[in-house]
Amino acid sequence: MNSHVKITASEPADLSRRSFLVGSAAAGLALGYSAVPGLIGADQAFAAAGNFDPSVWYSIAPDGLVTVTCGKADMGQHIASTMAQIICEELGANWKDMRVQLASNDPKFNDPVLGAQITGGSWSTMMNFAAMSRAGAAGRMALTEAAAASMGVPAGELVVRDSMISHPKSKKSTSFAEVVKSGKATKAFTPEELKAIKLKAPDQYTMIGVSVPQLDIPSKVNGTAKYGIDVMLPGMVYGKIVMPPVRYGATVKSVDDAAAKKVPGFIKAVTLDDKTGTTSGWVVAVANSYPNAKKAAEALKVTYDNGPNAKLSSQSLLDEAKRLQAQDDSGLFFVKDGDTAAALGSAAKVLEAEYTTNINIHAPLEPMNATAQQQGDIWHIYSGNQFATRSGAIAAAAAGVDPKFVVMHQMWLGGGFGRRLDADMMVPAVQAAKAVGKPVKVIYSRENDMTMDYSRPLTYQKIKAGLDADGKLVAMNHDVVSAWPTKRWGIPDFLSPSVDKKGALDAFTVNGADFFYSVPNHNVRAILNEMAHNATPSGQLRSVAPGWTFWAVESMIDELAHAAGKDPALFRVALLDGKGKNDGGAQRLRNTLLAAMGMAGYGTKALPKGEGMGVACVSSQERASASWTACVAHVAVAPSGEVKVKKLTVATDVGTQVHPDNIRAQVEGAALWGLSLAMYEKATLKDGAIEQTNFDRYTPLRMSQVPEVAVSVIANGEKATGVGEPAVTVVAPALGNAIFNACGARVRSLPITAEAVKGAMKA
Amino acid sequence: MPNLTINGRTMSVDAAGDTPLLWVIRDQLQMTGTKFGCGAGLCGACTVHLNGEAVRSCQTSVSDASGKKITTIEGLSAKGDHPLQKAWVAEQVPQCGYCQSGQIMQAASLLSKNANPTREEVVAHMDGNLCRCMTYSRIQKAILRAAADMRTASNAGERRPT
Repeated sequence: MNSHVKITASEPADLSRRSFLVGSAAAGLALGYSAVPGLIGADQAFAAAGNFDPSVWYSIAPDGLVTVTCGKADMGQHIASTMAQIICEELGANWKDMRVQLASNDPKFNDPVLGAQITGGSWSTMMNFAAMSRAGAAGRMALTEAAAASMGVPAGELVVRDSMISHPKSKKSTSFAEVVKSGKATKAFTPEELKAIKLKAPDQYTMIGVSVPQLDIPSKVNGTAKYGIDVMLPGMVYGKIVMPPVRYGATVKSVDDAAAKKVPGFIKAVTLDDKTGTTSGWVVAVANSYPNAKKAAEALKVTYDNGPNAKLSSQSLLDEAKRLQAQDDSGLFFVKDGDTAAALGSAAKVLEAEYTTNINIHAPLEPMNATAQQQGDIWHIYSGNQFATRSGAIAAAAAGVDPKFVVMHQMWLGGGFGRRLDADMMVPAVQAAKAVGKPVKVIYSRENDMTMDYSRPLTYQKIKAGLDADGKLVAMNHDVVSAWPTKRWGIPDFLSPSVDKKGALDAFTVNGADFFYSVPNHNVRAILNEMAHNATPSGQLRSVAPGWTFWAVESMIDELAHAAGKDPALFRVALLDGKGKNDGGAQRLRNTLLAAMGMAGYGTKALPKGEGMGVACVSSQERASASWTACVAHVAVAPSGEVKVKKLTVATDVGTQVHPDNIRAQVEGAALWGLSLAMYEKATLKDGAIEQTNFDRYTPLRMSQVPEVAVSVIANGEKATGVGEPAVTVVAPALGNAIFNACGARVRSLPITAEAVKGAMKA
Repeated sequence: MPNLTINGRTMSVDAAGDTPLLWVIRDQLQMTGTKFGCGAGLCGACTVHLNGEAVRSCQTSVSDASGKKITTIEGLSAKGDHPLQKAWVAEQVPQCGYCQSGQIMQAASLLSKNANPTREEVVAHMDGNLCRCMTYSRIQKAILRAAADMRTASNAGERRPT
């Protein structure tokens, strides 16, 4: 969308509007949806004359090529291709004719359900399936009517397939290209008419469920795919960030650029004035090349007030979490069912345990970057970003302009994982460009990227649970203490009222704790660790809360099963009885667990000494957007505590598969992410700073650490659900449970280390 | 001003001798298929060939590269149809794709010396290349597929005269 040059009017993000928006049509074209009042009119700038634009989501050129504009960030989940596939199904185009491009932040490309441009939560397919299907169907209907008129036959007798419209009786046929060229496709659709379109039944699908070649892949094997870091603008210079010695809270006292001035190509040192509070204490060294900017950054002598967090460590954050959890009046209730105090008081057996996770870093392989250019009143921002609506507003604030003057140019994302929901990179790019009067590309070094990550927070959870005399789970108190990543965004609609309406909580810290097990007395408290919130501003990391809540819940469920003398998998099956609010979801999760058990041969054979299998099952993300996922982990544990993961068997119920091969790729990648977080990735805070600065000490999984992974995808005809995240969350507890079954060691802290396993082994 | 021979062309570049080759390739020569990942030789995203050997271009200075034959992803094949690139498409390897130029260049240096690598040899050769999307098993499959395709092609070539 690089030809989209000017936003003439726009509305601020209205995230409360969960209504269905229909995009406005390009003005002057033959056909379109009724325009939504208040949305903008920049369409003509990029609408090529003679094209057929049945909706904002795609355009058909006179040569028959269908170009889909994807409003979601594509970070490797191939969502652009998926949107094209859903449109293609109803449109009846040939896959070879489909192309994709990435949308700007023009609000007409907002998510039809969310009313904003945000990509995450494994939401995209689920929330866009209907809108893209209807857009495709509307195009097919318009083309068919035009073809019927020119053939002189009833539209109902026409067959559409592979970009051809044919009339079997008369053997007449025409192509999409010919109809578009004729200019006779003139049918318009109101939102009501769109809604009334009858979509295909699943048994009529010819594209949905087919693993078509992903449209972005060819450009990713020949080096031509353009990521944010690849943007080149005329006259552009480069910025390298000088970071303060603490993660957050420092201010710059002085900048001495005497030595930097000796670096060839050095232009200026720019101290950020970030009124959004996104960054603190950052200076940008600007030079004519990135290597020179880096040399200049190293030569700058900056003094700081290190601020209030300069003495904090991971241990301080954990101590504070424990202090908060111990207070009866901490936090807000996310779940409050029955009377846990009474039920725990009368329980036959009570178990209590603490579960922790350490700080984790997103570390997408493309370091954070943004390129900013001012042209007249308009700021152009080039960056791969998952939240164009908010990031555009942050860029505007950094520039001191109204958000309507910011055009966000979306790029392919070299990994997202939630990191690119944040907007910090916009601030140095915009303010450096403003200071030097030239376009500036700011590239974080890996060290900048790691130490300034909006990390997965350190979490502390305590669960107290009670079994009755029959070994049935009757009560659970679950406290979750963490920084609140979503609260930091400052968007009230992303917070949720507590169940007793006493306040607003960040559900993205407790999702998953509202599981589908039937537990009559169940409390979940969300407790904000203000110290961690301030010292380690946290972000959404692939799967977000279920990455820690299920670690605690699924470990504790296993502990309870062992305490009750029951098989942990069958203990879960009994809890997934589908009663009350759990009806539907519980049964799907039960079936998925059974599928994974079957695939893994759980309980069918005796394993050698030191080996064990463990299960876990999860419903991430939210209850309302769950993908039902189960894992059986098979491990071998050495007497030293070293854990060898022999196999991960993952089953997932996704309802409807749009692209089976992509689902497998996502589930496998997610499961390996889960393994990486469970065993290999750990960041620590010391003196207010993240200690790990590169891949030597922060160590995501490498090829030699990949175990056998078996994936089974269950497609039962329910609505399509997300697949990018759930398998991340299921692996750690499955591993912990397998380790217990292998050697009797219960580990309760992530990542799992050999020392912790050895220490937990019974003497 | 150093001269660089890159993808078969010799070019003069305006950079100090200690400048990392990576930034000259990307920013001066505007071949952006080679990626910046860590700046420390820890991730492999910047892998190119120097005289056919895979090297990390973030750790290679312009003066060290001068006079040698440099190959980047853009020069690996004329039309993006190296057997590895074809295998990468066939196995639908990339997710975000950011590491894949480096992965392909690293793999190409293996197959140029070893036409029939074992899985273990593939893993040993590729272990320095991070893929944050964790596409490792598809990378492995694609390398083994490309190796098989290359052997078939060369066998066919040998047999053709008979």
